[in-house]
Amino acid sequence: MKTVIVGCGRVGAVLADTFDRAGHDVVVIDPSTRAFDRLPSSFGGSTVRGDGTDEDTLRRAGAENADLFISLTEGDNRNVMAAQLAHESLGARRVLAKINDPVRAEAYAHLGIATLCRTNMMSDAVNAWLGLPVPDRPAIMAPSDAHAGDDHEPVDGGTGGADAGSGTFPLGAGPAAARIAGDREV
Amino acid sequence: MFVLVVGGGKVGYYLTKELIESGHEVVLMEKDRVRADQIADEIGSVVIPHDGCEGKYLAEAGCNRADIVAAVTGDDEDNLVICQMAKHHFDVPRTIARVNNPKNESLFKHLGVDELISPTRMILGSIEQDIPVHELLHLAALGEGELELIEAHLQVGSPAIGKSSSELEIPDGCSLFAVIRNGVATPLRPETVLEEGDKVIAIGRTECEALLHEQLIGEGEGARAG
Repeated sequence: MKTVIVGCGRVGAVLADTFDRAGHDVVVIDPSTRAFDRLPSSFGGSTVRGDGTDEDTLRRAGAENADLFISLTEGDNRNVMAAQLAHESLGARRVLAKINDPVRAEAYAHLGIATLCRTNMMSDAVNAWLGLPVPDRPAIMAPSDAHAGDDHEPVDGGTGGADAGSGTFPLGAGPAAARIAGDREV
Repeated sequence: MFVLVVGGGKVGYYLTKELIESGHEVVLMEKDRVRADQIADEIGSVVIPHDGCEGKYLAEAGCNRADIVAAVTGDDEDNLVICQMAKHHFDVPRTIARVNNPKNESLFKHLGVDELISPTRMILGSIEQDIPVHELLHLAALGEGELELIEAHLQVGSPAIGKSSSELEIPDGCSLFAVIRNGVATPLRPETVLEEGDKVIAIGRTECEALLHEQLIGEGEGARAG
């Protein structure tokens, strides 16, 4: 499975390594070559130095028709733009962007890209740990079936992720089913 | 008309000023506090010193009742997100984005931004108008600079149109080796008859250029190419 990760920070590096170990074809993009030092020496994927919001860079990295595209830089808007480029212009099948602003995270889930909001995830986790009420919301907000995802034949039978875990991607659930692990049984 | 301007750089600043002068209701969002204060000192309390990309602050700025949102920051990704949030989250009828990288234009359009202003594209267009089109295009220098890869675009008036390449008087030390017709490149054979619109690719010594120009583009302008 072809995976592209934009942003080689802590999360990006860990995911890249995990996917690589699982035998997937991984490309990591970051404007700073030093960021790639976070990858272990055993990393067998490739690294591309460049700006993830630049279409040429994304093409060079092989984002065209990628099975999975994850944008994890520190800039919400950069992540949004990279993810939309990958999804709309390059035909990436499954696209996820980290958006720390809860308002934007929700808005873009409606606009067709799966979003991950650190603000929501962390505050929910803290509240759950304290035994306080936690809003019932997934850690990753996925586009509803009515939106994109339909046009790109998702890899494992629907972005809705109804049969999570049974797809070709062994690392787990479809986006809609992803939740903060174990904290909340509804 | 209520206009929300995001980005208090030069463009946002002058835009806000002009809009106020023509009697519109304007709010300017600028995330840099120092810059925001500076503008507020001059043009009054229309400045909100917050990030216009953040949903919360857009709401506070009254984005939901804006007639127009103009995203004029220096960062394309910010301008895109501002317009998308305005359009899809706050139902703003008209969004305008400044686009710096001309390659982003089609994406922005596709993603629903109503109007794009690209300073880069405008300046580029203006420069290109001044460049004569009847010229040889230098594609690359080869060797130690003594050889050049050249493209000649055959347009009306070119003496080469209708001739086969063997009929052309190609200077020594120069070779025509390919022709691009309708986007397809094929090797140039002696019997290939050249047509208007063809792009002929040649390789040759720099001093052959004037003659090549004469043969492929036409006389009169050879001196300029050299």
